[in-house]
Amino acid sequence: MVEFKDVRMVYKNTNAVALDGVSFSISDGEFVFLVGPSGSGKTTVIKLLTGEERITDGELNVNGFDLKKIRLRRLPRLRRTLGVIFQDFRLIDKMTVFENVAFAMRVVGAKKREINKRVPQVLELVGLAGYEKRRPEELSGGEQQRVAIARALVNNPRMIIADEPTGNLDPVRSLDLMLLLEKINELGTTVLVVTHEKELVNAFSKRVIAIDSGKVISDGMDGYYGYENE
Amino acid sequence: MRMSRFFFLLGQGVKNIFTHGFMSFASVAVITACLFIMGCFSLITLNIDNMIAEMQSQNRVIAYVDEDLSEEQARALESKVSKVKNIETCEFVTREEAMTSFESDYDADLFENIDSSVFRHRYVLSLTDLSLMQETKTDLENIDGIADVRAHLDYAEKFVTLRNIVSIVSVILVVTLFVVSLFIMTNTIKLATFTRREEIAIMRMVGATNGFIRLPFVVEGLILGALGGAIAYGLVALVYHLATQKLLAAMAFGFVVLVPFSTVALPLLGVFLGVGILVGVLGGVSAIRNYLKV
Ligand SMILES: Nc1ncnc2c1ncn2[C@@H]1O[C@H](COP(=O)(O)OP(=O)(O)OP(=O)(O)O)[C@@H](O)[C@H]1O
Ligand SMILES: [Mg+2]
Repeated sequence: MVEFKDVRMVYKNTNAVALDGVSFSISDGEFVFLVGPSGSGKTTVIKLLTGEERITDGELNVNGFDLKKIRLRRLPRLRRTLGVIFQDFRLIDKMTVFENVAFAMRVVGAKKREINKRVPQVLELVGLAGYEKRRPEELSGGEQQRVAIARALVNNPRMIIADEPTGNLDPVRSLDLMLLLEKINELGTTVLVVTHEKELVNAFSKRVIAIDSGKVISDGMDGYYGYENE
Repeated sequence: MRMSRFFFLLGQGVKNIFTHGFMSFASVAVITACLFIMGCFSLITLNIDNMIAEMQSQNRVIAYVDEDLSEEQARALESKVSKVKNIETCEFVTREEAMTSFESDYDADLFENIDSSVFRHRYVLSLTDLSLMQETKTDLENIDGIADVRAHLDYAEKFVTLRNIVSIVSVILVVTLFVVSLFIMTNTIKLATFTRREEIAIMRMVGATNGFIRLPFVVEGLILGALGGAIAYGLVALVYHLATQKLLAAMAFGFVVLVPFSTVALPLLGVFLGVGILVGVLGGVSAIRNYLKV
């Protein structure tokens, strides 16, 4: 559950107003696209969700955490309810596929037995069964992004957040990736995808929140790209 | 903590050390130097204090007889010496006696090679009024055949000054070296955090606690610090052993009462390991601090 209420966010160092009166909410189990031109504030939305940045004004609740008041010590708890994916995958080069995914479990204190059971399941889900021993450099971009998704999923988060996950992929791989995210959503995880790829968004009939200059300009279930002047 | 997790963290810490071998070596060396200097100075201070206490416990004055005089001539001085004002008791000690009593105070084998002629015949005197010591000393020195007069209290004052100087110098040195070793330690561990910055970012993203993220780096610092402490302890023990032998031989005439190493060994080891570990842990914590802000 995500709830933005009249959120204003100003970057302190530059005084840049990144978000200005943003309100929307995402219920558990939803699949939502967040779209907008470059610099409109999409990544800022994600940074607020993960507690990497704080809101300047308004209210923000994420999976039961009040992000206006949350203490630094509590951030790990919040982050365990979220799985984040980036455009640049952010895999660890010297670790194998298995180790990359297992790493996320290990650092939150999972037992070896749980890890050995869970990691193959997630790799199977993202279509990478049999790739366990490979290193990131031995994978295509699409495969690397699937490892990143497996890593985001492995701790059973309530929500997957993807910032431009297809930015480095060709159209076919991009579509495959969206289908995978849709499958994950159908298994019960909330999914929020940030993108500015119009065709991709239009290929799905999903809710689309469009922001521009830090303001929500449309929010609809029609599955079309809400803002027109790109 | 679970065992597997404990070993995981320990392994990470050890791995960090070897990825930056040179810097790790540098930080161990600096901590070792810091502790070594600290150890030497505190042992010197300790020994001076010990001597001061020893001297102050005796109010004796020793009048050394001229080396050219024979034993009989030396004994003949007794009438003159005992007549000096302010002398309470007067006892003649031959050089052979002085040497024997010295040997019994210290390891006999240390003196095997010292000829008894280096000890002069002497009169051991005690004074009625300590405050008149200076005058009594002058009177004694004016006697023909008395070469030198030494009062322990005289020395005590000089030693107090020396002790104070040594203390000030050592405090300044130790504080400086502590800051330097903390700086080097922090930067060594910063290298490790830099190599692992991607892992740190992922750990934070998936919700590892700050304590967990910090721990491998603290372990790294702890190992480096403890290593520095242990090496410094070994060095100080060695140097003290050599120095006491040399000192006792060289200062055989004086009132050298050295503190045996065994009485300070354990506290010294404790302090060395403690300071080493403190520097290491502080270095680890401050190296990773910037990563844990948000
Ligand atoms: N760390 C930062 N410090 C200061 N200003 C920032 C920072 N990050 C972003 N901004 C500013 O905030 C505004 C929103 O940036 P944001 O990164 O959210 O845009 P975006 O929608 O993700 O863009 P893109 O599609 O290019 O990724 C921009 O004007 C940007 O310059
Ligand atoms: Mg962005």
